[in-house]
Amino acid sequence: MSGAEKIAVIVTDIVPLNDLVTRFEFKPIDGGLLPTFSGGAHTVVEMQDGDITRLNPYSLMSDPMDQTAYAISVRRDDEGRGGSLFMHRNVKVGDKMTISYPVNLFSLDLRAKKHLFLAGGIGITPFLAQIKQLERLGGNWELHYACRSESLGSYVDELTSHHPNETHIYYDDQDQKIDLLNLLDGQPLGTHVYVCGPKGMINWVRQTAEGEGWPREAIHYEEFLAPQPGKPFEVKLAVSNKVIQVGENESLLEAIEREGVDAPYLCRGGACGQCETRVIDYTGNFIHRDHWLEDDEHASGEKIMPCVSRFEGKTLVLDR
Amino acid sequence: MSKFTFPESIRSRPVYGTLEPRAGSAHLFIADTEGAEAIIAMATPEIMAKGHIIYIAKGTDYEAQLRALNPASFYAGPSYGAAEQRIHKTLADAKMGLQVYLTGTEGLMGQAQNAAMQAGVPHTAIQTEHRGSTARRMQCVHCKGITEDVATDPFVCSHCGLNLFVRDHYSRRLAAYQGVCIDAEDPGNVPAPKGIYE
Repeated sequence: MSGAEKIAVIVTDIVPLNDLVTRFEFKPIDGGLLPTFSGGAHTVVEMQDGDITRLNPYSLMSDPMDQTAYAISVRRDDEGRGGSLFMHRNVKVGDKMTISYPVNLFSLDLRAKKHLFLAGGIGITPFLAQIKQLERLGGNWELHYACRSESLGSYVDELTSHHPNETHIYYDDQDQKIDLLNLLDGQPLGTHVYVCGPKGMINWVRQTAEGEGWPREAIHYEEFLAPQPGKPFEVKLAVSNKVIQVGENESLLEAIEREGVDAPYLCRGGACGQCETRVIDYTGNFIHRDHWLEDDEHASGEKIMPCVSRFEGKTLVLDR
Repeated sequence: MSKFTFPESIRSRPVYGTLEPRAGSAHLFIADTEGAEAIIAMATPEIMAKGHIIYIAKGTDYEAQLRALNPASFYAGPSYGAAEQRIHKTLADAKMGLQVYLTGTEGLMGQAQNAAMQAGVPHTAIQTEHRGSTARRMQCVHCKGITEDVATDPFVCSHCGLNLFVRDHYSRRLAAYQGVCIDAEDPGNVPAPKGIYE
């Protein structure tokens, strides 16, 4: 089976935090201990939604050294494909679920002299685990967290009461904005900046920091892309000798899995590179959406990331 | 002629580039000997307005030309050891946005790269350009002593006196190449020394 190793868990706690965000806690069914992880890691949660198996990645936000339970926070996305709605509506305390071992694509660079965290909305979750990790290590960090409003500020109270000197909160509805240029200017040498939030925020931080002469190696970001719906298309899987249909609301990877073909994956969000697949033949256009392949690879027509990318055209033959 | 094309070698061997101006809040140049030529070749008034040069002449005559670039600060010292406290202090006080440019001999670039890495600059973000002598800073793997400016292979360890073979195996942590005893199996059977690149 592809993906990271699986863990059978039971839902032990569900805590609604505000109108949009709910926290879920998982403990192992067998009563054993969970693996430790590193701040920034995510787990892929399997949801059995009728005939559909949904696999969504969520950042682990609990203490990385706490092996008794994992916690994730899920923001309800009413426009999304239904994973977060399933978590909010269908999952109950006592339910048995399957989650993956932790995978970290957004880890701290522990060579940094200082960690500067920039969070937007639900992008706060990986930082909650990283802060717990750094507090244990005695690390130097600072958090700038932009939320829509006080009522939607998940974990603001916890952060400001535990870390009043390190935490800076900005509310959109009060016209408070992160003064990024000023914030980046004068940070001590060896500072690394980490950003997790909406795409616009990530691009803004990356471009501004690079423009100010920050090395790329000191700029870290995490953005999980949800697969976008698109026109249905047909794919030939050459190795398994199958012709499959990709529906409007499923990803190419999900369609491959539905047909019982084992395909590699980890993040399911266009970031990790595990699902990279060779294109044998095609007539048509790729709709590349991943962060993994380089621009020239996108243009080459030789590779596709089936977790988020699609195809429009007559024929597509994959080496799978 | 201060430029030399190093033969291709193992992955461990450092590869140097050509200095080019980059956007930044300040520009730190650490150079020795003919490295001055690389700074002169890429200097612009804009860069030098925020430019700081730490220079080790070692008997060369570039100081007046470097001063004429009007850097924001200029220091000339007799040796890397003499400049080391200043390099550490400069890096400790530096802010993000600093660009680091190293040029001159391999020993100078390696030691300054190590200082910048310890101060938190990713080694891949540090620019380097080789100029001048191709002599190496070598560590004896047996006694751990460092011998500077090694130009021949084999050479005699300046600490323990063993005859050492010059390897391309490099350590960023030590800023030195590895020297390994060449006559351990048959003491005294030492080939005649020749230039490292001959």
